[in-house]
Amino acid sequence: MTIQHDKPGTPQGPSGPEPTGSPFDELTDERARQLVARYPVARSALLPLLHLVQSVEGHVSQAGIEFCARHLDLSAAEVSAVATFYTMYKRKPCGEHLVSVCTNTLCAALGGDDIYARLRGELGVGHEETAGEPGTPGSVTLEHAECLAACDLGPVLQVNYEYFDNQTPDSASELVSRLRAGERPEPTRGAPLTDFRQAELQLAGFFEGRDSDVEAPSTAPETVRGARIAAEKGWTAPAMPDEAELPPVPEKK
Amino acid sequence: MSEPTPGTGVAPLTPVLTRRWLSPRSWSLRTYEQLEGYSALRRALGAHPDQLIQLIKDSGLRGRGGAGFPTGMKWGFIPQGDGKPHYLVINADEGEPGTCKDIPLMMADPHSLIEGVIITAYAIRANFAAIYVRGEVLHCIRRLNAAVRDAREAGYLGKDILGSGFDLDVVVHAGAGAYICGEETALLDSLEGRRGQPRLKPPFPATAGLYASPTVVNNVETIASVPYIVNGGSDWFRTMGRDRSPGPKIYSISGHVERPGQYEAPMGTTLRQLLELAGGMKDGVPLKFWTPGGSSTPLFTSEHLDVPLDFEGASEAGSMLGTTAVQVFNETVSVPWAVMKWTEFYKHESCGKCTPCREGTYWLAQTLQRMVRGEGTESDIDTLLDVCDNILGRSFCALGDGAVSPITSGIKYFKHEFLELCEKNRTGKADRSADAALAGAH
Repeated sequence: MTIQHDKPGTPQGPSGPEPTGSPFDELTDERARQLVARYPVARSALLPLLHLVQSVEGHVSQAGIEFCARHLDLSAAEVSAVATFYTMYKRKPCGEHLVSVCTNTLCAALGGDDIYARLRGELGVGHEETAGEPGTPGSVTLEHAECLAACDLGPVLQVNYEYFDNQTPDSASELVSRLRAGERPEPTRGAPLTDFRQAELQLAGFFEGRDSDVEAPSTAPETVRGARIAAEKGWTAPAMPDEAELPPVPEKK
Repeated sequence: MSEPTPGTGVAPLTPVLTRRWLSPRSWSLRTYEQLEGYSALRRALGAHPDQLIQLIKDSGLRGRGGAGFPTGMKWGFIPQGDGKPHYLVINADEGEPGTCKDIPLMMADPHSLIEGVIITAYAIRANFAAIYVRGEVLHCIRRLNAAVRDAREAGYLGKDILGSGFDLDVVVHAGAGAYICGEETALLDSLEGRRGQPRLKPPFPATAGLYASPTVVNNVETIASVPYIVNGGSDWFRTMGRDRSPGPKIYSISGHVERPGQYEAPMGTTLRQLLELAGGMKDGVPLKFWTPGGSSTPLFTSEHLDVPLDFEGASEAGSMLGTTAVQVFNETVSVPWAVMKWTEFYKHESCGKCTPCREGTYWLAQTLQRMVRGEGTESDIDTLLDVCDNILGRSFCALGDGAVSPITSGIKYFKHEFLELCEKNRTGKADRSADAALAGAH
């Protein structure tokens, strides 16, 4: 891999043209400018920009680092320091799909460790490794994840950050076989699967043409258990007064 | 101390934040408006901002992200008339093991958070707010983005909101996989496009937060409570829960229970009551240990079934309320194994900034792994406690304190399990040396 160093006199900042052979097209450049404009201070756009880079390349390459650096007028080293801190930024090309299995204590006790072991064996890969040629249809990157904030639905796993709840080694195995065969099974909660890159584009904040995704299910029976019991039993919070008073404006001390 | 529910006439479950979750398309602006949505905003914009800060102080609302800091007081710390921009940042980086309340809230009812954001921003005089959501929850981020867009189109966000002259922009910001960004100053660094590492305090975010300007950082559940307090008043809010921990709270029950899920009950509800609602222990296998509010809160056992789960109750019994992430484990789960798994988590998530946490969690994980493999000795227990002692209170932020909670509480209540592992090692070794002696005998 060739690392391109910034040369003195090279145009910097978002106005500078993309270097020849850059994997980032004009649309990506325009999206990057939109991200920078969202924040009071440009550098705040760095995390979304790195998600944007992954939507194009399926990982954060050196070219991706330099793309972010150019848009934020940072050095490649400054961007690299950030990219390597966060687990969602992948340094190696990702599969068409990313499968994340929660192996934190609670999910693990309910079967998460068994699920991860089974998938690892069947795919023949370890943590952050890919079965198949990265980026090609049916390729799957496997990872064990920390708590995914769905503990009432454990053991959980995610495909491209959409939830598959209450999994077993068998259900997870079937799910991954279908992904490998080019199918896209429906998540329990979340939008119909696309691929890792499209998910990363959405994480960067771009949802154009995807309005129907918003309608996709988000509620499991577990989510509304308390609400449902309350409704059945007629339990409610105490009634609010018709006209609650606001306190007076406090006197300045 | 008053009892949490008996005698007060308050129901065992008090859906406030979860009230709309059963409604069709509960996340849509239309449903939200049909169910009193944005009525609190109109009321708030007609009030003086200082009245709102006073209202939240009077309500006794305390932060729902784990620390329980009084919300109104936090807002009151923002210097007014200082000529600097003010910021509101929502901590939606839900990642404390066991915690799963904010993500379902934002998916089911994102507008309640956004209405709370607008009212809070108006109260503290902020014109820019960011909702920092962990990156792994795409559907939640999708719903929030749609809600912000719809709120803007309806005139609840943007310039001159509802003709009040108040302007507010809200950005939904996806994180990228780092538990430490749930720590408020690490979150601010991350939001500024840096590595998510905590800052030295003071200065506190109230004076030097985002972009070194006065900033309020509040949890999702805290801010989503605000519209209800504006509509119901502080006295109404205080009809639920206990004097110093008022209001309703979403308890997330997970693990070995018959019906895990989200249960919104008055503060001070006990595990015994929650288990009753959740159908008891799964398949009747008895309870062994549980966390009251995530893995960073010291473990409880079956002796603690009647501890009132509010800030004072949990703390008086030797733990913390945390995020009310009630993780329930039955008799089949080994405590040293569970503690090892949690420690591996803290080791992975330690940001590396300070030595006690970075090195300490590394060695704690190694020691626990050795014990669980059956290669530990009794002195390892002392080593663990010694390392914990060097992390607790000596780390840069609360991650280090959280990391030692499962270990010290695990050893406090279940030392025999750690000793049994050592005993197995000793007898195993004796057997092996006996075999070796016999092998040499012939």
